[in-house]
Amino acid sequence: MSAEPLLKVQDLCITFHAGDSATVAAQDVTFSIAAGEVLAVVGESGSGKSVTALALTRLLPPPPTCTVTGSVMLGGVDLLKLPDDKLAKVRGGSIAYIFQEPGTSLNPVYTIGFQIGEAIALHRPEVKDIKSEIQRALQEVRITEPERVANQYPHELSGGMQQRAMIAMALACNPKILVADEPTTALDVTIQKEIMDLLARLRRERGMSILLITHNFGIVANFADQVQVMWKGRIVEHGPVSEIMRTQAHPYTRALIACIPRLGQRRRRLTTLTEELKVSP
Amino acid sequence: MSHADNLLEVRGLAVHYPGRANWFFQKGVPKKAVDDISFVIPKGKTVGLVGESGSGKTTTGRAIVKLAPLTAGQIFYQGTDIGSLSNAEFLPWRKKIQMIFQDPYNSLNPRADILSILSEPLEIHFPQMSRSDRAERCVELLRCVQLPAEHLRRHPHEFSGGQRQRIGIARALAVQPELIICDEPVSALDVSVQAEVVNLLQDLQEQLGLTYLFIAHDLAVVEHVSDHILVMSKGGIVEQGSPAEILGNPQEAYTKTLLAAVPRF
Repeated sequence: MSAEPLLKVQDLCITFHAGDSATVAAQDVTFSIAAGEVLAVVGESGSGKSVTALALTRLLPPPPTCTVTGSVMLGGVDLLKLPDDKLAKVRGGSIAYIFQEPGTSLNPVYTIGFQIGEAIALHRPEVKDIKSEIQRALQEVRITEPERVANQYPHELSGGMQQRAMIAMALACNPKILVADEPTTALDVTIQKEIMDLLARLRRERGMSILLITHNFGIVANFADQVQVMWKGRIVEHGPVSEIMRTQAHPYTRALIACIPRLGQRRRRLTTLTEELKVSP
Repeated sequence: MSHADNLLEVRGLAVHYPGRANWFFQKGVPKKAVDDISFVIPKGKTVGLVGESGSGKTTTGRAIVKLAPLTAGQIFYQGTDIGSLSNAEFLPWRKKIQMIFQDPYNSLNPRADILSILSEPLEIHFPQMSRSDRAERCVELLRCVQLPAEHLRRHPHEFSGGQRQRIGIARALAVQPELIICDEPVSALDVSVQAEVVNLLQDLQEQLGLTYLFIAHDLAVVEHVSDHILVMSKGGIVEQGSPAEILGNPQEAYTKTLLAAVPRF
């Protein structure tokens, strides 16, 4: 890659401790994201992809429960060594997150508008007219009646609308990197397409980088530039999406692609992972 | 009455929920979750039911097992109208029709061990069964879903999503049902686990001669498992046919939208 990376992760190691036992959740994870790039991290539950994303801004439990080593460089600063007050500016400021279940990520007792406004007030104190900024954020994610939605509570919205509201909140502070952890897994295919199209447009318009975590190669093939496959806490394969999809060098990558049923290609049985490739029982 | 090959026949099924009354206690507009749908499920086959959230597909499945109230219509199970039965009268049919749910995390009692989760339906439907026979049957059920017998004393939180879904399937199989309503059984699972559970369901169908109503929003999965597909939108069935017909030559705009939304690669 020619462009200077925006985020550079080096030798990231994540270990969870419980009593005398230690579980290594991610090991020797090294990758970088260029400005405006979509990097997909693919793997199953337990492969270490979500903990890696959380570790970037130290969202994992503090030691001794969990120890993180290595470095996460953003604009010449190592986020793993940054004091808490400075890190708070990065969380939601430079790096914003959206999660799988918008219903549980939103606070049920506050309106959508209040929650977006809270993020703006925290990260962009220079903004005077927060109310119109909330409207703008909601319009950007193509919510047609921003005034009404701003006054609604999360439970009054559908799953797709909740995820849009989450994205609006994440983008309200103009992040450089959006970490999307399985953003459409809980949604229908039609809504999934709408959300992915929305993310693709926002990335184009803003030149924002996206770290997309998913287990669905269908989404990766249509949406990402680079992909890395994680298996048992390690990156086993990485490269441009078209290349990985063509070569499928690692047996785990091959197996993950093979087990997806595809439209119009009916088979008698679906391919499953062999015992040695399985991540969870 | 109904054709001998059809295990289940649904005629003009409707489920309406009363609308919320306004301040002046005037009745609200009823919500038509399912409105006048008819279809048949042939014995030993899989009928796929696709549609978005809110299209009424889950309500349809729940109405068949009396978990949603019928507003109109009839449901014939091998010629008997089970839609009009009282809950007590329906009990023998509950044994024949079982359900598998989407979320393996919320559909198993977290305080119960696997033995009691699998024993409960046996206690209800086979009250004469001795304790040791029940335990033996539970071991056999775990074997059916490819889980080792020593898991009987464990609790749901000790299992992965895929294993929990297997336990849900074992619970449905406990009473030797003929028809299983699978409500999004693989939507919450990883793709590799999804493939395992789909294969397991198909193996069990072959071994036990089961009939499935397979509810899902993923058209590729539905195409893979189904002999016949129903497409639902806004409470009605907009199109139905064989997988080849629905996917190869969709007639309705809604079906085309649904097909276009599936990521291809």
